[in-house]
Amino acid sequence: MREVHVDTVTKTIEELCMDANYNLPEDVKEALEQAVQKEACPLGKEILQDIIKNAEIASRDRVPICQDTGFTVVFLELGQDVRIVGGDINEAINEGVRRGYKKGYLRKSIVDDPFLARKNTGDNTPAIIHTTIVSGDRLKVTVAPKGGGSENMSALRMLKPSDGVEGIKKFVLESVDNAGSNPCPPIIVGVGIGGTIEMTALIAKKALLRQLGRYNPNPEVAKLEKQLLEEINKLGIGPQGFGGRITALAVNIETFPAHIASMPVAVNIQCHAARHKEAII
Amino acid sequence: MEKTVHTPLTGETVRELKSGDRVLLNGTIYTGRDAAHKRLVEMLDKGENLPMDLKGQVIYYVGPCPAKPGAVIGSAGPTTSGRMDAYTPALLERGLKGMIGKGIRNQRVIDAIVKHGAVYLGAIGGAGALLAEAIKEAEVLAFEDLGPEAIYRLRVENFPVTVIIDSQGNDLYTVGKKQYKE
Repeated sequence: MREVHVDTVTKTIEELCMDANYNLPEDVKEALEQAVQKEACPLGKEILQDIIKNAEIASRDRVPICQDTGFTVVFLELGQDVRIVGGDINEAINEGVRRGYKKGYLRKSIVDDPFLARKNTGDNTPAIIHTTIVSGDRLKVTVAPKGGGSENMSALRMLKPSDGVEGIKKFVLESVDNAGSNPCPPIIVGVGIGGTIEMTALIAKKALLRQLGRYNPNPEVAKLEKQLLEEINKLGIGPQGFGGRITALAVNIETFPAHIASMPVAVNIQCHAARHKEAII
Repeated sequence: MEKTVHTPLTGETVRELKSGDRVLLNGTIYTGRDAAHKRLVEMLDKGENLPMDLKGQVIYYVGPCPAKPGAVIGSAGPTTSGRMDAYTPALLERGLKGMIGKGIRNQRVIDAIVKHGAVYLGAIGGAGALLAEAIKEAEVLAFEDLGPEAIYRLRVENFPVTVIIDSQGNDLYTVGKKQYKE
């Protein structure tokens, strides 16, 4: 067993919270640069250029790309040969969030209950932690801050197997069209198909972590990704919803086996500030 | 070509702003989002005085990041305006002339914008670092207990916005989309 001390986890999370919020991933920057070339609407072009400039300022000054520094979503891939020592791993993660959001001057956006007093917890905790046990003796940590504006426009529907691929397309297009200008387009569309209600939502979220420009390894699914991107970009919404051809930068689909009676589909919408950083301990 | 506009806004200035125009805003504006709007409207319902006179003023829907030492404000981009729709007509009634946010407004708000000769401006969602550079002063005016949701008085210089809904009710979201829909 390889031992990993919780203090290392805390320190890693602290740094990833700041890094993710200040530095837009390279693949997103590249996708935005390509979008400037492709956008037909002059206003849309200017907006995309401002978005790129914003990312440069954020990186240069070490300030958040977006003031909504998000719900801190943490993905852990815990090797089965790792032994966590020195304390509770969940507490260590939350302590990392606490420190990162304070030290990094990140906004605290979490309230302590969803519909009663809605009092700000003051330190952006709790984090949302998804843990997977994998083989090996490493711990992979991904921090993906998720803004409220785009999360609010996400949707999930329990489709019937008979709805088929056309039903999936219709639901995804409908969700993006309804979202319109609200989720700060250009967006990235994470789609989960299959599993149970929570699994389809989780794989939709995981789809957002996939590098832009890489397609699902299943050629049929990859084809659907390309078709959906094309159709979304015909909706006319455009950058910031002011009209244009670049409504989405990518559609990433993840699938999971489904029950004989079910075909759940989740659409997790991500704004252009598609922030995520990872580290391996 | 951008139009330069100074606050407080007059009826005449607002009438000249057309949906799709890019505008550089100068002067004092106020911040306010979900919780602050709720409180403002509750105060109006109770007949209390608001922390600021709304006549000709502009409210920016934003909950900024904390300012780093030496900075005026942290990243400060717009939040989704639709959540303020329930409160907006009451504020327009009190003389509010402009709102800065992002995202669609409901018909009641559009009707109130036309009725009161106001304007809805869009700042780029997710460009909080860029927008913060145009904010030259920031001080908490009211509801400090709300943290990022407190009302701030901001002084802005050439703050970049786009006219989304003009005083005639033209909506860039509808017009722009129609133009590029295939």
